[in-house]
Amino acid sequence: MPWGGKTVLGWLGFERRVAMRFLLEGRMQTLLIIVGVAAGVAVVAYISALITGLQRNTLEKTLGAQAHVTLSAPDDVVLAARAPAAGATLLTQTQPRVQRPRSVANWQSLLPLMEALPGVAAVSPMVAGAGLALRGEASKSIALVGVELDRYDRIVQLRSKVVAGTARLDPGEGILGRELAEDLGVRVGDRVRLVTGDNSDSVRVTALVDLGARELNRRTVIVPLRTAQSLVGLPGGATNLDLVLHDVWTAQVLADDMARRWPYKVESWQRANAQLVAALNAQSVSTALIRGVVMVVVVLGIASVLVVSVVQKRREIGILRAMGATRGQVLRIFLLQGAIVGAAGSALGVLLAVLLIWAFTSFVRGSDGLPLFAITLAPLLALQVAAVATFCGVLAAVAPARRAAALDPAAAIRM
Amino acid sequence: MAAPSVAAVPLIELGAVGKTYNLGRPNQAEVLHGVSLSIARGEFVALIGPSGSGKSTLLNIIGLLEKMTAGSYRIDGQETGGLDDAGLTALRGTSLGFVFQFHHLLPAFTALENVTLPALMREGRVSPAQRERARTVLAAMGLADAMGKHPGELSGGMQQRVAIARALVLQPPLVLADEPTGNLDTASSDEVFGLMRRMHAELHTSFLVVTHDTRLAARCDRIIELVDGRIERDEATPAGV
Repeated sequence: MPWGGKTVLGWLGFERRVAMRFLLEGRMQTLLIIVGVAAGVAVVAYISALITGLQRNTLEKTLGAQAHVTLSAPDDVVLAARAPAAGATLLTQTQPRVQRPRSVANWQSLLPLMEALPGVAAVSPMVAGAGLALRGEASKSIALVGVELDRYDRIVQLRSKVVAGTARLDPGEGILGRELAEDLGVRVGDRVRLVTGDNSDSVRVTALVDLGARELNRRTVIVPLRTAQSLVGLPGGATNLDLVLHDVWTAQVLADDMARRWPYKVESWQRANAQLVAALNAQSVSTALIRGVVMVVVVLGIASVLVVSVVQKRREIGILRAMGATRGQVLRIFLLQGAIVGAAGSALGVLLAVLLIWAFTSFVRGSDGLPLFAITLAPLLALQVAAVATFCGVLAAVAPARRAAALDPAAAIRM
Repeated sequence: MAAPSVAAVPLIELGAVGKTYNLGRPNQAEVLHGVSLSIARGEFVALIGPSGSGKSTLLNIIGLLEKMTAGSYRIDGQETGGLDDAGLTALRGTSLGFVFQFHHLLPAFTALENVTLPALMREGRVSPAQRERARTVLAAMGLADAMGKHPGELSGGMQQRVAIARALVLQPPLVLADEPTGNLDTASSDEVFGLMRRMHAELHTSFLVVTHDTRLAARCDRIIELVDGRIERDEATPAGV
């Protein structure tokens, strides 16, 4: 058998050698298209890393001071005074009810159930209410947050947000947002009077925190759960249970599941931040579009160069066919050229992307002189982009390769 | 009746081969009309004829680069008419060597690499023995010092000698040469032709040489003259006799 005894390496030997030589022969052409592919790969990798970094940063900022899922008592609803008679049409006009602070019934027994839910990282009970903080002449409206410090710390990493003092919530102690402390002229160790409706209490400030948003810092007062319970008038109660999850994107599914299981109001962070989620989705779609268009351009670039190459190499293809090269071998020579150009362009492109990312993190800084947010090119992402670009190279080579393989050797030699 | 011995089977045998281009169209053109011929092993045959007589078409059909539209064609007793492209390619790779007028070397490969290409193509690698064989053939062609050079660095005559070495390296039973000296000056022509005759003598490879040069045709063993797609003359030359 003349074609017997070929090894896998042997299968590649001829095609690889000829493909490499053809590429090296058209040096400038090859270099230009590799640089073109590299530019495409760099743009895709850089944009992907940038958007990933930006979204991660946005999420961290947004979710840094809020739970992923919040469970609270169901809203008070107006019930019909009497059932309509059979066959009668009931016309109603309903005035919405005033929503009073209400406790989640049986929240103590719910806690372990929720902690056992799959994907839940931590659960924290909270009493939330509104009130005023008074100090001397100054009075500021506040969002009162009553928590168990250790549990709450697992939800918002409160201890890492302390800018002055030490986070501690013993009875009679409180933690203030940084701007609120400034507005009231309060420092760590000072006392502040808190008033909610008919109740009032006084707490000593143990720490000031930066929750990541000025509005939150201007209003937040964190006190022990018991203090808040008595201030809001919910002895032993909790207005909501906060949950954080291992994967933030599972929040909606979990919230829906919880709402089906328990008769409470359950809200995911996605529902609470619907506009943000829509914006993130729009961003992801735009990124995918840009990536797609760039890859199409890469495919067209490689294809156009290979089409020209097939025309330029007609005679060589003819002679190879006359010497006994099969159509398959000629096909593979050109497919390999596409793959080599794609792979070489990918390698260069990934390097270029790393350089771009370095430039971004080095030169683009916020008003505080620190990088705006961290972007890194994850090895997996780099590998994915490189694999896609190499595949695109092969894809781009299909049409020219088929054309080369279909060349009539006698006609090609006559050229 | 006893089966014919291997030696009695002609290397190639054409029976009433016809070729018509654009069959069934208004511009239909019949270029070969029932050409019958056979070439035995070890023959050195010249194919001559005026331009447009169908020499190149006949050579392409014998070289399995074009398909005939009528007749039969056997190589070593094997009928080629029913072979598909893969079968023709395989047969071409094992039975035939080609030398063209314009050398047709691959410019990106050195002289030695051009000569080892058929082996690389067939097995995906070049064994040391195959490389040594290529060196030997190139040296026999007087190209011992030019093995590492690219075609662009070689004269026309040298390039044609590399092409002959490439055609011979796998020792095919038949080498087809289309105007192998048509692009060379007289001195180079004589040199290249002399080398072909020498390799023929040493390797007993059959040669079918298309040429316009009656001087060189006279140095072949047999001349087949084609006129208007028909064999006008097929006779042994004094050299052949």
